[in-house]
Amino acid sequence: MATVELKGVRKVYGGGVEAVKGVDISIADKSLCVLVGPSGCGKSTLLRMIAGLETITHGTASIDGRVVNEVGPAERDIAMVFQNYALYPHMKVYDNMAYGLRNRGMKKDEIDARVKRAAETLELSALLDRRPRELSGGQRQRVAMGRAIVRNPKVFLFDEPLSNLDAKLRGQMRVEIKNLQRALEVTSVYVTHDQLEAMTLADQLVVMNGGLVEQIGKPLDIYEKPASTFVASFIGAPPMNLLGTVTGGKGAPLTVADLSDLGLSVPPGTTTVGIRPEDIEQGDHAGEGLKTRLTVEAVEPVGAESFLHGTANTHRLVVRVPGRSIAEPGAVLPIFAPRAKLHFFDANGKRVEG
Amino acid sequence: MSPRVTFPNKLLPYLLVAPQLAITLVFFYWPASQAIYQSTLREDPFGLDSAFVGIDNFRRVLADPNYVNSIQVTVIFSIATAVLAMAVAMFLAVMADKVVRGKGFYRTLMIWPYAVAPAIAGMLWLFMFNPSMGTFAYMLRSAGIYWDPLLNGPQAMFLVIVAAAWKQISYNFLFFVAGLQAIPKTLVEAAAIDGAGETKRFWTIIFPLLAPTTFFLLVINTTYAFFDTFGIIHAVTGGGPGKATETLVYKVYNDGFVNLILGESAAQSVILMVIVIALTAIQFRYVEKKVHYG
Repeated sequence: MATVELKGVRKVYGGGVEAVKGVDISIADKSLCVLVGPSGCGKSTLLRMIAGLETITHGTASIDGRVVNEVGPAERDIAMVFQNYALYPHMKVYDNMAYGLRNRGMKKDEIDARVKRAAETLELSALLDRRPRELSGGQRQRVAMGRAIVRNPKVFLFDEPLSNLDAKLRGQMRVEIKNLQRALEVTSVYVTHDQLEAMTLADQLVVMNGGLVEQIGKPLDIYEKPASTFVASFIGAPPMNLLGTVTGGKGAPLTVADLSDLGLSVPPGTTTVGIRPEDIEQGDHAGEGLKTRLTVEAVEPVGAESFLHGTANTHRLVVRVPGRSIAEPGAVLPIFAPRAKLHFFDANGKRVEG
Repeated sequence: MSPRVTFPNKLLPYLLVAPQLAITLVFFYWPASQAIYQSTLREDPFGLDSAFVGIDNFRRVLADPNYVNSIQVTVIFSIATAVLAMAVAMFLAVMADKVVRGKGFYRTLMIWPYAVAPAIAGMLWLFMFNPSMGTFAYMLRSAGIYWDPLLNGPQAMFLVIVAAAWKQISYNFLFFVAGLQAIPKTLVEAAAIDGAGETKRFWTIIFPLLAPTTFFLLVINTTYAFFDTFGIIHAVTGGGPGKATETLVYKVYNDGFVNLILGESAAQSVILMVIVIALTAIQFRYVEKKVHYG
């Protein structure tokens, strides 16, 4: 139904603080784009600029090919789900959902039909006469969703909609949002700081840091080929192990300050080597790769898998082991990471292929 | 429910509430009971002789056309003062809420009039609108309005209402500003996305959510208009011209302390007390239920 285009978008506040420092994103029709990053990275500001709640200092935002910089939030044909839901506390669920339609002068029976249909989709039919304070967190979340979908907008905007829910409900709602978005085929922009939410929901993932885009791509592409050490450490839980202070030239054996005996060649310019916790194998292996010994310091059994926290020389490492781990704190294990699974980054933290 | 605090000492709780009780007893219950006692007596102006007359004083008061007039005056005065003071304060608060730069400075200025004593506030307005030397009176007259609150009853009423309301605006403003700050900003943003213009947002979102504050101020302002405006009326019109601004409180004072009809004056204050208790009870019983949201 609509595409969203951001071109050179910047946000500078009155005091000279630059929250967004030039962002280009193009979001395809019917896709779900997730903006992810730590707090203060500018992702919410960006979303609010798309919504029209913040002015755009430089650059343009377009919805469906129309530049909307000077268009008010009501005329952009968007719907937004807020973190605190922003339900009108003095209105019943029905009126909360009908409010936007009434303001647009829609006929009563059309409003009624739309609200009832949305309520059915979200299993809210029994709650239409309640007030928000009589609802649980999950139900409020649904009403907020309902208020967005009755409008049948061009674009959905989600501002950390699940962060006020408990973990179980969050997982449930995540799936529901995904299904709903698929079913309605509405272009969506979703802001979160939770990398799991980002990975599972996104068609297109945008990792942001310090007001800039670090990487844009499909979630698994980003996971497999993080463009920078920031992305590498932000996407994935537990995060990628980053071994710094690596020096070495082309074809030369890797010489790490205190991590020796690796028997590994790295691309030129590499200063940091990254390894995902699940890419580390136990035992002595043949072949090119990173070989070292891990002194286990702590074991975290999560059930289906266990995390071994330890040090290899002075480098801290986390290793993901399937099932239960028999290792006890204090044990010294030989570990191995094949070269093909290693990530290399230069002094600026940018990815180096090789 | 928080657990009840219990005192091991039986005497301590009474000691702790004693100052409050003493003040209430000395300054409310004692005078109130005196008023009730006095209202059943008829006394000569010199206090030399008094006789028990039962409810005769009340009969006389309620049959007095001046008293009925005073009730009318009070109703008009109180409603007008409360509505004017609250409407203007709400308007100013909504406007002040939009100010970004110098917010604190702006608010401080708005709060100052509250520090002015009622009688002085009355005098200020009296001077400004004095037909012979007031600036505003001059402006009104040059605008073709025959302005003379000393002889014209409605004009005198208008003057005391404006003076009394002006005094209360700062107080109301303070509460409305606090009330507005308690409304989450995202609600207003959600309404903006939902296609509500500024006026519509005010009436459908902000005004209903301010209702608890508005209700509280309604109680306070009604009580203020009934009792605390004595100073303003005394300074500006003295109840005149021709009893046009003689509110119930002013009549109590006039009859009791000026005309020395002590029994009837006491009867009036008892009636006044009943009216205010009833008003507050009604407000809390019926209105409060409808204005509180979770």
